[in-house]
Amino acid sequence: MFGVLFEQTADGQRYIDWLLSGLGWTLALAFFGWWIAFGIGVVVGVGRTVQNRFLAIPARLYVEIFRNIPVLVQMFLWYFVFPEVVPSALGDAIKQIPPPWASFFPALLCLGLYTASRIAEQVRAGIEALPRGQIEAANALGLSGYLTYRYVIVPQALRLIVPSLTSEVMGIYKNTSVALTIGLMELTAQARQISEATFQTFTAFGAATIIYLCLALIAYQGMMLIDKAVRIPGSAPVKLSADADLAAEVQQAGALPNALEAAK
Amino acid sequence: MNTLDFSIVAQSWPYLWSGLVFSLSLTAAAFAIGMVLGTCLALVQHFEVPVLAQVVRGYVAVIRSIPLILVLFWFFFLVPIVLGYLSGNGRPVPIGATFTAFITFGLFEAAYYSEIIRVGLRAVNKGQFEACQALALSTYDTYRHIVLPQVLRVASPIILSQTIILFQDTSLVYVLSLTDLLGAASKLAQLNGRLVEMYLVVALAYLAISSAASQCVAILRKRYALATSR
Repeated sequence: MFGVLFEQTADGQRYIDWLLSGLGWTLALAFFGWWIAFGIGVVVGVGRTVQNRFLAIPARLYVEIFRNIPVLVQMFLWYFVFPEVVPSALGDAIKQIPPPWASFFPALLCLGLYTASRIAEQVRAGIEALPRGQIEAANALGLSGYLTYRYVIVPQALRLIVPSLTSEVMGIYKNTSVALTIGLMELTAQARQISEATFQTFTAFGAATIIYLCLALIAYQGMMLIDKAVRIPGSAPVKLSADADLAAEVQQAGALPNALEAAK
Repeated sequence: MNTLDFSIVAQSWPYLWSGLVFSLSLTAAAFAIGMVLGTCLALVQHFEVPVLAQVVRGYVAVIRSIPLILVLFWFFFLVPIVLGYLSGNGRPVPIGATFTAFITFGLFEAAYYSEIIRVGLRAVNKGQFEACQALALSTYDTYRHIVLPQVLRVASPIILSQTIILFQDTSLVYVLSLTDLLGAASKLAQLNGRLVEMYLVVALAYLAISSAASQCVAILRKRYALATSR
């Protein structure tokens, strides 16, 4: 069934090389996008919890804006609109970027900033889940606000939210496929291209589906290992099961845990 | 930097509006199909129906692991073939992209809603079931009148959050060249060259609708928190 993948393409490669190159772009986008998202997400998430209004309001606005516009629309904003609204010298410089990178960078920026808004909410939930005594103890020891966050709050919150972050890891690699709309030949785009070239639609999409499933499994197992390594000893073990990302949503929504508490 | 001219948006308002109506009706249809089917999928797993429960689990896992765009491509390709097979003559039945989009989003969202309801089912207190048994309610009555209403109420904020995500995801029908809000804007933008204004207006429209709905999520959550504290 997958034999067609090893046939020659018009450009002298094999179809499987197309798929692998697509996989490469998908992984590159997801990997680098993740670190942008994680960095910004932690900062914004902390900003959501501080008393200082000059930090809290921009952080809230950031989350509201980036979470409430569809990824595809954000993709178009970075790709089509951004070069037009910046000063024309910069805009022209952006338009000079050669093909694959001209799609890659806007996609990277888009996915990074979008995912950051989702991570920020997880970080906020993690910080709010910490007992108040932690902050009070840090105050009693004379730690400044910055030091409290840097050494007491953020490290613990991050360790708490590893299971919830699994859903964001899976979210970012799935969202990489949106980059095909601005011309990046990532995995889904390559699968479609193979299907159009060979009419073996079932094989082409099937291969891509299997690759995505493997990525999901790797992401899931990897996050489980990380969770095991960094889980706070003695904290209520967060069950990392097949519904980890739902558990994350539930935690975020706060509704079901409340219901569980009430039920007890 | 060119000067922005938003009068073009006012002129093309009727077309954009029809796009928005399509986006909203796709969201509503997918919500209806997704909730009904999702509840069935959740119950199949909850009752551990032999074989079927495994199939459902596999379906949900696969749907949740692959990008929606790939799912759209799959259905676009498979639905005509399956319909042809069902209709008996074996030839693919050509159906419109619109119909495919409705089916796809309904089936796709069913996987997500079913997970929400499944976790909700687990959160129902055992005492509720015992009380139903004590009252000699049948299994059907227990779930229909006691368990599911509670689950839906508890999960309502999460269900609404998921529906907001669904509304945003409907923009992906762009890859099927359908005329939803974004599709309408992009077609107009290609005609009149006013990309910047068109996409900015569309982004603001999505932002306004999703933000308003997010406020409802907050209200639901608060109301529910009040209900449980009593």
